[in-house]
Amino acid sequence: MILTVAGTKKEYPPDLTVTKLLEAEKVEMPMYVTVSLNDEFLKREEFDDTLLKENDSVEFLYFMGGGF
Amino acid sequence: MKNSDREAIAAYAKNGLPNEVCGLVAGRAEEGVKIIEKVYFMTNVDASREHFSIDPREQLSAVKDMRANGLALLGNFHSHPETPARPSEEDIRLAYDPSISYLILSLAGEEPMLKAFHIENGIASSEEVDLE
Repeated sequence: MILTVAGTKKEYPPDLTVTKLLEAEKVEMPMYVTVSLNDEFLKREEFDDTLLKENDSVEFLYFMGGGF
Repeated sequence: MKNSDREAIAAYAKNGLPNEVCGLVAGRAEEGVKIIEKVYFMTNVDASREHFSIDPREQLSAVKDMRANGLALLGNFHSHPETPARPSEEDIRLAYDPSISYLILSLAGEEPMLKAFHIENGIASSEEVDLE
């Protein structure tokens, strides 16, 4: 299965969830990462159940914030 | 970084008062030196004078623009309307990406003050900012 992850096309195994993709890409501190799938932002509770399919485009974004 | 970029960030911060403003900086890194080539002015979705969160949709658009223009994400910036240009405990706690620089523009003094920091494992250390 071909996915575009952070702008790069790569081959991945089938039946891959967003959570498994985060693990495969060794994303550090995934609890602080926002994920967009085909330009739609996913809720965190959707990561485990969202199956990726051929030609999906995924972006990982670290939360950026702070204060006072 | 260009002095004009520093001035643009300061102007953005002043225009955003009383709230904090935020954004991203992108460019290239050469031998450990980060050269800022583009500043992205983002929306603080917290709309707060004490907190900021970069709008993730704008963040995504900026990342795509960087990729299209061969730029790398070098850091983010935010303003401190009334406090010095140093990371707060919350700034440090929420700095999840040690690969980027954290720029803070303070409006607490007579003149805007911009400083940069590396934050990793809960420790902030100053980075030199050279203006051209």
